[in-house]
Amino acid sequence: MDLFEYQGKQYFARYDIPVSKGDVAVTVDQAVAAADAAGYPVVVKAQVQVGGRGKAGGIKLANNADEVRTHAGNILGMDIKGHVVKRVWVENASDIAEEYYASFTLDRGAKKHLLMLSKEGGVEIEEVAATNPAAILMLHIDPVDGLSAAGALKAAVDAKIPEKAQQGVADILVKLYRCFVEGDCDLAEINPLILKPTGEVHALDAKVSLDANADFRHPEWEEFKATEELDAREKLAREKGLQYIGLDGTVGIIANGAGLAMSTLDVVNQVGGTAANFLDIGGGANADLMASALEVINSDKAVKSIFINIFGGITRGEEVAKGIVEALGRVDLRAPIVIRLDGTNAEEGRSILANAGIPESKLTSKPTMLEAAEAAVALAK
Amino acid sequence: MAIFVDQNTKVIVQGLTGGQGKYHGLRNKAYGTQVVAGVTPGKGGTDVEGIPVYNSVAEAVAATGATASFVTVPPKAASAAILEAAAAGISFIVCITEGIPAQDEARTYNTLVRDFPNVRLLGPNCPGIISPGKCNIGITAGEIAELPSASGPNVGIVSRSGTLTYQALYELKQRGIGVSTCVGIGGDPVPGTSFIDCLREFQNDPETHAIIMIGEIGGSAEEEAAEFIKANVTKPMSAYIAGVTAPAGKKMGHAGAIVSGGKGTAQGKMDVLRDAGVKVGQNPTEAGALMAEIVAGLR
Repeated sequence: MDLFEYQGKQYFARYDIPVSKGDVAVTVDQAVAAADAAGYPVVVKAQVQVGGRGKAGGIKLANNADEVRTHAGNILGMDIKGHVVKRVWVENASDIAEEYYASFTLDRGAKKHLLMLSKEGGVEIEEVAATNPAAILMLHIDPVDGLSAAGALKAAVDAKIPEKAQQGVADILVKLYRCFVEGDCDLAEINPLILKPTGEVHALDAKVSLDANADFRHPEWEEFKATEELDAREKLAREKGLQYIGLDGTVGIIANGAGLAMSTLDVVNQVGGTAANFLDIGGGANADLMASALEVINSDKAVKSIFINIFGGITRGEEVAKGIVEALGRVDLRAPIVIRLDGTNAEEGRSILANAGIPESKLTSKPTMLEAAEAAVALAK
Repeated sequence: MAIFVDQNTKVIVQGLTGGQGKYHGLRNKAYGTQVVAGVTPGKGGTDVEGIPVYNSVAEAVAATGATASFVTVPPKAASAAILEAAAAGISFIVCITEGIPAQDEARTYNTLVRDFPNVRLLGPNCPGIISPGKCNIGITAGEIAELPSASGPNVGIVSRSGTLTYQALYELKQRGIGVSTCVGIGGDPVPGTSFIDCLREFQNDPETHAIIMIGEIGGSAEEEAAEFIKANVTKPMSAYIAGVTAPAGKKMGHAGAIVSGGKGTAQGKMDVLRDAGVKVGQNPTEAGALMAEIVAGLR
């Protein structure tokens, strides 16, 4: 789950990472009130989960209430790369002497935590990595050892952070690492991490991505879930407990297992079609789940055909077939289904489908993934 | 021969008294696996259809001499269960639990590396391992695995994805090609056993004559495997990588399956595997067909 900047800053504050005084606003009046409370000058920042806000005019400096009114009015409702701005974050403007970069992630190759630290902050870190890789310190941390205060200070020195800022940066690294580990982040990033003319080090931005698997031990994440930006299809799928990702194509996909679902997308693409979604129905694939999955796919107006790709391992073919028949009785589908049912007891499953009295215009069965994909793509054209 | 597990492997099931543990534990036993005990704290002294249950792994190991464990407990309890098994002397741990926080996985993995370097963890979030006709630990349906033939050639399977593991088994069964061992390493960010671990074992296993590898988008495990193959694997291989059409920045079901910053794409993985001499199929069936050609050449 990706957090908005303001949520990231609120999350940072829980771990004593210094952030600017500010508040979130959904209306111009709220923005002015937030600015009054934060103290002028303020920065009004669009809250969207996409890069390049500044260039798009989504970040503005305001010296008084009138300017806040103007900028908040312009930014709220603005479209930034397809993301409509629903909220602005208004914070006290900081004087900046220098800009650095710091982040923690899990390096899956090394199976260790990875600190990336650079004195070249304020620009995209990918850009620094491409043009001046030597400017980024990459330090692996054993999750069993963690990051000590001494280790953090050494990292700041090794990254050639200027001496006057080393201690301040090290302090924030220790706090950010705690936030990353105890806060169950996939990513905890500060860019820019600034040095103020007064000598304090401070997080001017926050990019936080949370590990959904750790949800059970973080009741404080509830408020973040409320603002998650999902399209209508994704919202419905989540309510039904399905793994769903909306895409732009015309062939609706239902498969059991993430790998098989990905593979189904690939095969549809190979035979000249486009997938409308990724949907993993999981190992069970019973009637309830199948009905829910068909309901979600049916809510997508772009879908012209539905490709159900089930490989029975533990799930037996006849159970899957019964599930589909039952689901068809519950959901009135707009698009025809092509099914490929294989694996354990697939023969029985196919005969149940063949004898259920479902017209061929609504459901066809194909023996292999490739043939089923071809049939589904033909129907979608 | 087979890799990691065979007919002599004695297995305990941590979580045998739970719904999933009982279902799969009994299926594994029915397949012929030596399932010798279950472990559930507080339920020692009871049994599950004749399989004795102990309060701790240490007690179960002392009573049965088990060397492998099948961990099927909820995400909150999985890390502790894995470490308990390692501390009790279990050397091969299969964890099928889905949904363990990545921070827990990273800590558990590195604790094993440091304190129990001789313990192998398979998973978490994996379908398990089957050496057909000998031992099945996990959720694989045994009947879709073709038995290895005494004269060969037999194929080893290693896969990051559950259902695609079954698909691979099925493709080989359809073609009558025997399987030495099929290992599902799982799609989580910190898998205990990597492609390379399995490739090394398959390369050294005299019963394995060729290898199928099923990968997916995200991470760099396939790229690392390709380097290893180039340098160390002389047995012929075919492969398939799922997720050619996956959009960047979206997690495709598995926590690990995500293309980020242009890294971990299916195309990139297929290219390095081809460069390492692996025959790469565009879909699982094609990978199976390519393996059939390889096997025909070996016969």
